[in-house]
Amino acid sequence: MQTRKKYIFLTFLASWLLIFFFGGDQLRRFAFFSGRKAEARRNWPHWTDRSLLKNFADPEELQRDGDPSLLSPQERRAAWLSVYKSSRCRMESCFDFSRCERNGFKVFTYPRERDQPISESYGKILASIERSRYYTPKPEEACLFILSIDTLDRDHLSAQYVRDVDEKIRGFPLWNGGQNHLIFNLYSGTWPNYTGDLGFDIGQAILAKASFDTESFRPGFDVSIPLFSKDHPQRGGERGWLSQDSVPPKKKYLLVFKGKRYLTGIGSGTRNALHHIHNGKDIISLTTCKHGKDWEKHKDTRCDKDNVDYEKFDYQELLHNSTFCIVPRGRRLGSFRFLEALQAACIPVLLSDGWELPFAEAIDWSKAAVVGSERLLLQIPSAIRCIHPEHVLAFQQQTQFLWDAYFSSVDKIVHTTLEIIKDRLSPHRSRSRFLWNTLPGGLLVLPNFSTHPGDFPFYYLQHGSSPSEKFTAFIRVVSQAGSLSQPILRLIQAISGSQYCAQILVLWSCEKPPPPSGKWPQTTVPLTIIQGRKKLSDRFFPYTAIQTDAVLSLDEHTSLSTSEVDFAFVVWRSFPERIVGFPALSHFWDPEQGRWGYTSKWTNELSIVLTAAAFYHRYYHSLFTEYLPEGLRDLVDGLSACEDILMNVLVAAVTKLPPIKVTQRKQHKETVPQQVKGTAGAAGSRHFSQRQDCLNQLVDWFGYMPLVSSQLRLDPVLFKDQVSVLRKKYPRLERP
Amino acid sequence: IMCASTKYNTRGPALIPRMKTKHRIYYITLFSIVLLGLIATGMFQFWPHSIESSSDWTVEKRSVHDVPVVKLPADSPIPERGDLSCRMHTCFDVYRCGFNPKNKIKVYIYSLKKYVDEFGASVSNTISREYNELLTAISDSEFYTDDVNRACLFVPSIDVLNQNVLRIKETAQALAQLSRWDRGTNHLLFNMLPGGPPDYNTALDVPRDRALLAGGGFSTWTYRQGYDVSIPVYSPLSAEVDLPERGPGPRRYFILSSQMALHPEYQAELEALQAENGESVLILDKCTNLSDGVRAVRKRCYKNQVFDYPQVLQESTFCVVLRGARLGQAVLSDVLQAGCVPVIIADSYILPFSEVLDWKRASVVIPEEKMPEMYSILQSIPQRQIEEMQRQARWFWEAYFRSMKAIALATLQIINDRIYPYAAISYEEWNDPPAVKWSSVSNPLFLPLIPPQSQGFTAVVLTYDRVESLFRVITEVSKVPSLSKLLVVWNNQNKNPPEDSLWPKIRVPLKVVRTAENKLSNRFFPYDEIETEAVLAIDDDIIMLTSDELQFGYEVWREFPDRLVGYPGRLHLWDHEMNKWKYESEWTNEVSMVLTGAAFYHKYFNYLYTYKMPGDIKNWVDAHMNCEDIAMNFLVANVTGKSVIKVTPRKKFKCPECTAIDGLSLDQTHMVERSECINKFASVFGTMPLKVVEHRADPVLYKDDFPEKLKSFPNIGSL
Repeated sequence: MQTRKKYIFLTFLASWLLIFFFGGDQLRRFAFFSGRKAEARRNWPHWTDRSLLKNFADPEELQRDGDPSLLSPQERRAAWLSVYKSSRCRMESCFDFSRCERNGFKVFTYPRERDQPISESYGKILASIERSRYYTPKPEEACLFILSIDTLDRDHLSAQYVRDVDEKIRGFPLWNGGQNHLIFNLYSGTWPNYTGDLGFDIGQAILAKASFDTESFRPGFDVSIPLFSKDHPQRGGERGWLSQDSVPPKKKYLLVFKGKRYLTGIGSGTRNALHHIHNGKDIISLTTCKHGKDWEKHKDTRCDKDNVDYEKFDYQELLHNSTFCIVPRGRRLGSFRFLEALQAACIPVLLSDGWELPFAEAIDWSKAAVVGSERLLLQIPSAIRCIHPEHVLAFQQQTQFLWDAYFSSVDKIVHTTLEIIKDRLSPHRSRSRFLWNTLPGGLLVLPNFSTHPGDFPFYYLQHGSSPSEKFTAFIRVVSQAGSLSQPILRLIQAISGSQYCAQILVLWSCEKPPPPSGKWPQTTVPLTIIQGRKKLSDRFFPYTAIQTDAVLSLDEHTSLSTSEVDFAFVVWRSFPERIVGFPALSHFWDPEQGRWGYTSKWTNELSIVLTAAAFYHRYYHSLFTEYLPEGLRDLVDGLSACEDILMNVLVAAVTKLPPIKVTQRKQHKETVPQQVKGTAGAAGSRHFSQRQDCLNQLVDWFGYMPLVSSQLRLDPVLFKDQVSVLRKKYPRLERP
Repeated sequence: IMCASTKYNTRGPALIPRMKTKHRIYYITLFSIVLLGLIATGMFQFWPHSIESSSDWTVEKRSVHDVPVVKLPADSPIPERGDLSCRMHTCFDVYRCGFNPKNKIKVYIYSLKKYVDEFGASVSNTISREYNELLTAISDSEFYTDDVNRACLFVPSIDVLNQNVLRIKETAQALAQLSRWDRGTNHLLFNMLPGGPPDYNTALDVPRDRALLAGGGFSTWTYRQGYDVSIPVYSPLSAEVDLPERGPGPRRYFILSSQMALHPEYQAELEALQAENGESVLILDKCTNLSDGVRAVRKRCYKNQVFDYPQVLQESTFCVVLRGARLGQAVLSDVLQAGCVPVIIADSYILPFSEVLDWKRASVVIPEEKMPEMYSILQSIPQRQIEEMQRQARWFWEAYFRSMKAIALATLQIINDRIYPYAAISYEEWNDPPAVKWSSVSNPLFLPLIPPQSQGFTAVVLTYDRVESLFRVITEVSKVPSLSKLLVVWNNQNKNPPEDSLWPKIRVPLKVVRTAENKLSNRFFPYDEIETEAVLAIDDDIIMLTSDELQFGYEVWREFPDRLVGYPGRLHLWDHEMNKWKYESEWTNEVSMVLTGAAFYHKYFNYLYTYKMPGDIKNWVDAHMNCEDIAMNFLVANVTGKSVIKVTPRKKFKCPECTAIDGLSLDQTHMVERSECINKFASVFGTMPLKVVEHRADPVLYKDDFPEKLKSFPNIGSL
């Protein structure tokens, strides 16, 4: 046995050596050894005198780039105004910035004329602006003007085409050559070329248009918007369809398309080729010639078979079950398909050469879509097969984020357009690309608050920083007594005992003036009184005195212990984007009355944490006061105890997450709502029903119910465990 | 948790039967002979060729003066002027680039020639030092090809960096006679100083038809977005002066202007600014009385004070970069190098590499008309942000400005990204400085989704041979309402799993997978059988968890799908005496890990554990038959930056840490081993990713004075 093995080995060895010593030459000429490698690669030469070469420019010349004979800067700017007009408009040359300086970014919409019907979509656009916080009814304080003439559909074959626009706008005294005007358009041009022609002279107006082509797009001036249908919701909007993150993506199809095939005319180049990539297995690309009146006239040999296959698949089903969706150009560059794919988390594969992608000035589409080239259609399958599953997962999530942040309603599309324009007015106070492309998105980030990611509650992880280690306690006093009650004195003592407390602010919202400083308890941390304006929404005003990231919001009747505060703050630091607090409520849908309700009773769920005792990030004060439209704050001021619901709705709308309830000692389980007014019975129930009204009105404003329920409460790790109290950090939380 | 006693059993029999020593020596000798033979043949056969193909050997050694001379007839064709409507899809021939697995474009460089007109007068300098550096960089890069037929992009060796030193018409003629010119299709020209008196065009005036232009100083009217590339004006001082990076923070001056020969109008505005704000604003100009031999470019003066340039830039927080006759200024590069935040005042200027760089993070752009407000605008920027801008500015210089090579490669990469967009470099890779890339976390499950409850979870039970205990676990877990499937990972290769009929009958599908090798990592394999997002990893001896506790754990996981949600919690501590990490399983007020003997997590982490675990951790765990749970905790915390969630009160778990069979000694060995794991993993990860928290999750009404039957999860914490 052994000897035989030995011989086998030796023979093996010998043959190897033989092959290499004698056959090496032949082997080398084989396949990969051969060819170009043997030849020298001709690189750029290393010139022997390269160190003697002259610089491309004299260093001094580089530093003295002046020419006094030139136009002065002012003259040059004046010259621009006359040279760079209409198709060469830029903000510098066609926009009057001075209009926006006095009153800030205010938008005026022309009054609607009776005899001038407007389409449903344009009505929604105007409504969005009129509901926004930028709206002004006074033209003299406006920075931006929106026409009341419907300019959405400029295909003169269309029923909604408005005639004689030129004449009409010339009659407007505010028109001023279109300066500082914003014009919305969804369809331009007509058969057969579908050019960008609008059929009237927009002059110096900014154009917000769907299907924008890069050639006529005036960069930094125009805005490309997505094509949306007349059924697109005014506000709120449907959520994206992605409900699970799976790796690898578990969808039935890799790539799908179902749509028209154009046999002739513009766009037919791509549409006519799409069927080539269909493989019947994981790539489904179905086209039909059956569209238009005279399709049979142009029909070719494929048509009949294609039409049969076409009927076998349902578009919605394909959308739901595919990882990638082809979004080719139609006659125009953009299509409804784009937003449909985005919502469906079907990663758009764009085949629309020269399309200026929607909001590309802000949105980084390379994170959410595959921008293909029409000319390289046949490479698409192999290209997307090479995309790593992790990237697919990231793409899918990004489509959902973008859909929800910028596209799911007309409000969002219009507001994104406005914010992009607003950002241009003061470049130093604008959102970076990071802020636009990271959750929760640019609309929810106010550059007036800060442009630094570390100042917001959303970016600590990406930014590699953490929230500040102290908090500001903010106590609202509304009672009519005028003197300091026992509960508030106890509260101040408890709060100031916390090692994390930086300062205490008291918002004094009573008729009577606050007691003199001598009457207030002595505390180790500074205590400041702020005189309120007696509005309920005052408590969420972004007072400059609040300098810490965390705010502990309190009512005068709240009873908390130092260890409760300490524990809640430590928890908040793990969840800085949420409301973390004590008394909680839970909302529910009441099918009998067909409305939302909520309960403060003991329930197994919670979705609202009352701001009578809660931590949250100070940025939410700014969002509450500056992001929400004034009408909403007026609504809250008119109803009692609605402001904290609004705060919860706002935070839930921003984060899509429930608030967090932390351990609370037994005794104050019923702090709210009765105690706020101090009366029981009739007043209490009226108060309660007002709150229900409040919730329903808020849902109406937001267009959907943003609140999210949670089934958990966070307790200290050893809470009520069978272990010595000496070992526990928060033993006081367990006292009955 | 795997019990220690079983752990030693599960290791299974030794894999390699011991050979007799004599034979072993024999085999080793034989083997080494074969090996030596192979190496020797390899050396002889292939050594010389590998030398031959390395670049040093083949590079020509010639003088620039020896290059061939080309005479351009006066009537030779001139290309069309640049076409302003050109875009990639209209003027670029993408078919030349093709699909290739590396997703790299191929760039060809024309060989160097000297061009003269009919009378023998040269058209331009043959080549400048910078352009030579640029072409060398391209030639040395992965983009380069010497095969003109395979090229996707052509770079002429005609140097047009500075328009002032060339003859426009003749240069254009020289371009037109290039062998593959074809109206300039797929040709790339580099230009840093465009235009000339009197109107100073913002793009190269040489007619160039469809050629792409990488230009320094584009305005928004000449820049063809998505076609041209905006590049910096290179500052030769970059190579000359070594300015060490200065830590971010306040500087002596707030605003500094260092440019010479500014337009008097700007000069007046700057002086007004200085008059208003005093010493925090420093306006420098050229020095009038420098002694001989001192280069004016390296000095700046304010009244009689002389400052070294560019060193003085490091003394200021903000440095003004005003337009001159041209929009692009070399001073921008100096300012960035000094880590000074540029204040760019040049209306309509397209900033360098603006297609990919987020200049808002590194600079302040102020419209010319707002110059008087500059001071207040800059004052409104928070200090933290200024510090980040300083760091960012320096990073931009290091990555994209410091050399012609950096400029060339960034330009090619941008074009490459347009042609292979699905393999493009991301915003973060372009913009985040290394320190940020290191400290920041990008959670792969970043979308706040609460997975639908109906999906349920898959329980994965890793087992070796404790069938009885396993069956009890199966029976218990099957009572949990949201269980959708049960997967048993049979890790014993020597024994078959029990017959089908013997398994407990449960209401959900039960699958058994057999593994090829007894490894702990089998528990974290992303089996196709796991169809839900949620995975419950559970040991075959965990029978003390109630159905309520498991169901509640699943509900908690739904609210935190990107975290590990588990029952027994553990903590890591810094041992100051030993100067290393220590594992802690006592009753502590904090947790930083949960044991995966019973834990919910996202299936994605199985994928990460199996394919993306850093370093040798996975093999190390398999070899030591321990710490797979700690590794999972590290992995998840590192990738998400978030803490674990411990659910429900502490219970007595049957585990080595609490009831060791051999008593204390085994317990201690175990703790030492676990501590070692933490130290090992922390060194592999290069950081301590675990996050310490003081909370755990309980049901909303846990231990509240409320009728138990009305609680969703009454049976929690019972022993």
